[in-house]
Amino acid sequence: MLNKSYYLILIISIIIGISFWIGFNVNLLPEEASINAPIYDELFKLLFIIGLILFIGMTALVIYSLFKFRKKEGEFGDGIALEGNLSLEIIWTVIPSIIVLFVGIYSYNIYDRMGGMNELNHHHENMNTNSEKIWAGISQTNNSNSVLDETAIEVSAMQFAFLFNYPQGEFISGELHVPVDQKISIKMESKDVIHAFWIPEFRIKQDIIPGQPTILNFTPTKIGKYPIICAELCGPYHGGMRASIIVEDKSDYEKWFNQNNKTNL
Amino acid sequence: MTILIDNKAKVKESLQPKGLLRYFSFSLDHKVIGIQYLVCGFLFYLVGGTLASAIRIELISPLSDFLPRDVYNQVLTLHGTIMIFLWIVPVVNGAFGNYLIPFYVGARDMAFPRLNAVAFWLIPPSGLMLIASYFIEGAAQSGWTAYPPLSITTPQSGQIIWILSVLLLGGSSIFGGINFIVTILKLRRPGLKLMNLPMYCWAMLGTSILVVLSTPVLAGTLILLSFDIVAHTGFFNPALGGNVVVYQHLFWFYSHPAVYIMVLPAFGLVSEILPIHCRKPLFGYTTMVFSIMGIVVLGLVVWAHHMFTSGTPPWMRLFFTIATAFIAVPTGIKFFNWVATMWGGKISLNSAMLFSCGFIINFVFGGITGVALAQVPFDIHVHDTYFVVAHFHYIVYGGSVFVIFSSIYHWYPKVVGKLLNENLGYLHFALTFIGFNLCFAPQHWLGLNGMPRRVAEYDPQFQFVNQISSVGALFMAISTIPFLVNIFVSFKKGKIAGNNPWNALTPEWLTSSPPPVENWEGEAPLVREPYGYGKDYLS
Repeated sequence: MLNKSYYLILIISIIIGISFWIGFNVNLLPEEASINAPIYDELFKLLFIIGLILFIGMTALVIYSLFKFRKKEGEFGDGIALEGNLSLEIIWTVIPSIIVLFVGIYSYNIYDRMGGMNELNHHHENMNTNSEKIWAGISQTNNSNSVLDETAIEVSAMQFAFLFNYPQGEFISGELHVPVDQKISIKMESKDVIHAFWIPEFRIKQDIIPGQPTILNFTPTKIGKYPIICAELCGPYHGGMRASIIVEDKSDYEKWFNQNNKTNL
Repeated sequence: MTILIDNKAKVKESLQPKGLLRYFSFSLDHKVIGIQYLVCGFLFYLVGGTLASAIRIELISPLSDFLPRDVYNQVLTLHGTIMIFLWIVPVVNGAFGNYLIPFYVGARDMAFPRLNAVAFWLIPPSGLMLIASYFIEGAAQSGWTAYPPLSITTPQSGQIIWILSVLLLGGSSIFGGINFIVTILKLRRPGLKLMNLPMYCWAMLGTSILVVLSTPVLAGTLILLSFDIVAHTGFFNPALGGNVVVYQHLFWFYSHPAVYIMVLPAFGLVSEILPIHCRKPLFGYTTMVFSIMGIVVLGLVVWAHHMFTSGTPPWMRLFFTIATAFIAVPTGIKFFNWVATMWGGKISLNSAMLFSCGFIINFVFGGITGVALAQVPFDIHVHDTYFVVAHFHYIVYGGSVFVIFSSIYHWYPKVVGKLLNENLGYLHFALTFIGFNLCFAPQHWLGLNGMPRRVAEYDPQFQFVNQISSVGALFMAISTIPFLVNIFVSFKKGKIAGNNPWNALTPEWLTSSPPPVENWEGEAPLVREPYGYGKDYLS
């Protein structure tokens, strides 16, 4: 009996060990280029490891049973007439409940750190004078000291392009230029059908909905050029609906901004 | 009661053509209707599979170069609609439900045989209509979700025909659901208690409750959408003051339960197949019943997890995260119980068993990515990407379709009276399992790294992984060949199965193969312990 439980503990530890090793060494995600990205990857790692433990464990159990309990050639008769076991049932109700609850609370915490639980409209009133209701998005108001620090940009989406309006400079651009390490606040509206604004390297996405403005706040942390992808079926050229976000350091950004600025003229 | 049965028997006999012709008639026999559902569903599966192949061919190269762009969107819309509404839902519910439920409750037919025939005969015309819409002005091209305003602005005839055909299919589904509920609750043989029923009855009871509660909501929504399209009303059209997010709520109020309408019956079927081939009682019958009902209740309150990136306020995102993740608990219970059913059994590793085990492994994988997707912050990155495509194919193909194949291998001897060839069955399983995993596992990576779904073109960096996926799809397409050969050759030359080739205890095996019109020559047997394997008095 002791021997048996030794083996069990050994096998479970091996599965957990393998899962942790894979979880920490296999990277399935693109590069991290915003404040949100490492927070997201932390959650991903946790879910990946828990998922691996469960998947490897269940698969091993199924395959083991298939070999171990296979009917031998010419053998007749039935297996043991075991119809259930209350304590086992309780174990595999309670343990998954605890895991699910833990994952839920953990991901709530992650979402909060991303700014997902912050109030949407409070923030928007500061940003724009003609205040209309913001329906959804991710806000990071609480993390910021001053509203003036941030760069406010308006995004309008249409079949099949994104346009970026810089209200402070009164110009429109086809590329989204932003300064690095600074909070960006975008307000998005669609001119026709539903689109979505997705930057994989930033781990953020928000639908752009006709008639319902949405917002997205993020802070890029890495200089570079990243794709902005439409992630909601919007028509025949949906796959080609792309734009770029160019993250540059503050002086480069200001240079670009001043080149395009129409208020200076 | 006996008088009623006798009358029905006479009506049945007078109405019924004999032989294979029965299957093309307005037959009232639940067994004939079950097979009609199955064969009709499989024909649509071949159409849907051809469309899937077209998608995978398009995605071999990063450019949109195989199909015209609008046709590509029509193809993906038809693929989704056909696979859901014309293949999986009618087959796991209509085909196996009709064939098995009357046996399981000890009845000679369903409660409403005419309604049953009507429910089936709604399917072929609406399916053909849907496909025909392609040749008029092009089929619907707004995805199977038909989100407005896209569905309002794309060519109207295709979208309207799509709506009509989904309405008819929904109607068929509701008729079937009512029929199953009444049959299970009211037509049970005297002496048979609810807790004596085989698990598939419970699965069908739960599923039918979901069908009856949620399908009317879809019907109402699509009728409003059709008003927006043809009569220019403003329910959902933002240009006329409508709200597009309301449509999404209403749509997913049906379409999330639709996932359970596709998988709960599959859970039921696996619960029938495993005990027989493992020679052991189904482990934890009572907890299985409660977990089915738990899934039914939770399944109705999780729909907004499809809308985490739409216009949903933060509190709503949180509520639906927790509700969704908790579905994993009753679902997990079922999987642990199945493994416990295998534990200590005497397992025959035949084709039916292989497909059932393939189902367990695939579904566990799909369930794990499902719990991850339930977490709002996780979903925000991968929503509407190939990660989601991979996830739900693990659920509906790796789950439901594997179970459909398992069930065909399991019940073919009963329906036809002949055994299927096991070697062809192994080949079919190997090709399907390898092809399926090769096709869909890499798509998780695609989604995580930036490939959105429903696109005809993508970044060149994703080409290699897309090609792997297309090779997997090729394997899946080839896998249908040994399957079809097996079905036809065994029909002619298969080994005679006998009444009960698996030595099973459930009632459908306690009659001849194929069963007589009235299901049993004499009185229906009273099976109080459908899973009583390993008990002395039976051996």
